[in-house]
Amino acid sequence: MNGEPLLEVRGLVKHFDEGSGLLGRRRAESVRAVDGVSLTVAPGETLGLVGESGSGKSTLCRAILQLIQPDAGSVCFEGRELVGLSQRRLRPLRPRMQMVFQDPDASLNPRKRVGEIVGTPLELHGIASGAELRREVGELLERVGLSAEHYRRYPHEFSGGQRQRIGIARALATRPKLILADEPVSKLDVSIRAQIVNLMRDLQREMGLAYLFVAHDIGVVRHVSDRIAVMHDGRIVEEGPADLVCEQPREAYTRELLAAVPVPDPREARARRLDARRP
Amino acid sequence: MSDRNLLEVRDLSVTFATEEGVFQAVDDVDLDVGPGEVLAVVGESGSGKSVTALTLMGLSRGPNASISGSASFEGVDLVSAGERELRRIRGERIAMVFQDPMGSLDPVHRIGDQIVEQIRAHRETPRGEARRHAIELLDAVGIDEAASRADAYPHQFSGGMRQRAMIAMALSLEPSLLIADEPTTALDVTVQAQIVDLLRDLNRSRGLAMLLITHDIGLVAEIADRVAVMYAGRVVEQGTLDEVFYDPQHPYTWGLLGSLTRIDRPRPERLPQIPGAPPSLVDPPQGCHFRPRCPHEFERCPRVPGLEARLPDAPGHLDRCWLDPAEKRERRPVGEGDS
Repeated sequence: MNGEPLLEVRGLVKHFDEGSGLLGRRRAESVRAVDGVSLTVAPGETLGLVGESGSGKSTLCRAILQLIQPDAGSVCFEGRELVGLSQRRLRPLRPRMQMVFQDPDASLNPRKRVGEIVGTPLELHGIASGAELRREVGELLERVGLSAEHYRRYPHEFSGGQRQRIGIARALATRPKLILADEPVSKLDVSIRAQIVNLMRDLQREMGLAYLFVAHDIGVVRHVSDRIAVMHDGRIVEEGPADLVCEQPREAYTRELLAAVPVPDPREARARRLDARRP
Repeated sequence: MSDRNLLEVRDLSVTFATEEGVFQAVDDVDLDVGPGEVLAVVGESGSGKSVTALTLMGLSRGPNASISGSASFEGVDLVSAGERELRRIRGERIAMVFQDPMGSLDPVHRIGDQIVEQIRAHRETPRGEARRHAIELLDAVGIDEAASRADAYPHQFSGGMRQRAMIAMALSLEPSLLIADEPTTALDVTVQAQIVDLLRDLNRSRGLAMLLITHDIGLVAEIADRVAVMYAGRVVEQGTLDEVFYDPQHPYTWGLLGSLTRIDRPRPERLPQIPGAPPSLVDPPQGCHFRPRCPHEFERCPRVPGLEARLPDAPGHLDRCWLDPAEKRERRPVGEGDS
């Protein structure tokens, strides 16, 4: 499938009906969380999806993975339409697209050992078992910068950055082609954030992974992405090569987003404030 | 205490007795905040920056906490002050703003009433006058139609408006120091920028001094006059904003500044990263706490370096690193002239 996108989303719509509220008020209108989104991700590429809270980016991820049923539109993955497929037919496709979450604390079962957490998807999809499973898990742990000896430990024995590595190892277990990463570094400290960003990039090179990298921080998104899509109020308002979107934004909203990013350079920050004051 | 400082923290240490052992959250911390000055305390989680702020407010006291050192503020030592005196100082002289305004606003009372109660708890002010003052404050922090919005409940406000309301409440008794702990972290980036502008305006127009606790180096560059960098319970570097950003002296500061993504620069192939993770504060490394992650470690590092001025031309620029300043300038990958 040379030249074909790995993931192609066309006209995706998802709205939520706001039923009776807490205080019994009824609101008739529905909220268009995702309002006609189209995007593509090529094999081995990173598409950055940037947006603020309420922009619909998390709903979009869940609709792409068919964790929620879209109201309209299509999601093609490796040339196959996913919308409307039964859970049974989706199941063999799931290993090929995996997810990495923002908060490893909430997404790793605290009662399970690391080996089990990383090994379960292998077992579930019938990829490996027994001694082979153990060997695979050891390799995965080493691949994400942990050690095979960590197999028997529990998540709480690791730091936040190491727990995110466990989440990545679990996502990699089924040898996916696409990883949807929803704010994978936003809860991590700066020094650890760089480690995880570099790790994700190394893994991409080694394994030919494609990422849909979702984040609110356009600085991080620009660093990791080949292309950037800017999402606002359920729509993609601008899309293009990462440097172009950041250096020559076309849309007012993108410019606003970029202008709001603090520059970690006092002289630049002072100059920007002077510019802003000039009429 | 010298006349020039509003707040002077010396040798502040805070330990907590835990099941795993003694946890050294704050270790021999010195900080100065001048009148009308913004000091940013920057550090990662577990660096001790929030415990330092809570200790200054008398909020880290407890049966398993042990606190030593001093913190002089307007003639009072906040470390040894009694609860009654601290209650007077909190709110009236030192106000605090937290990351999550929802957690600090009372959900069942109207915003305006909460400010009125705060004023009347400390001052004998007629209700009508306190209410007029509350509306003025809401207006001053940029809440449109303040008179009618004062009757709203916290859940009817957006995150940014709630943070503005918190700041209005903090200002209500005209404190001389505002302690702001991650005031923008929970907000969207466009709202963050508005709150930063508001804090800067309040600092300039009212001469309100701030102790800003944050992990966000971008925020520091936007607002601080001086910076203290904390790592594993200790201040490892302190100086003016430009000193710390353009002539950083501690290898941890180099790592922090180097690992940032810059929207205004060409992107590097890889982000420079600090290897490893911060140490356990129950069993920290002997000597310099950054030693296990530092590529410049040498034989002096197992002894704790003091927080000292090591540059002849910058007496206010302090750091905790044994390396010779000339050697630092040669080795460091960030700061003036590199790039």
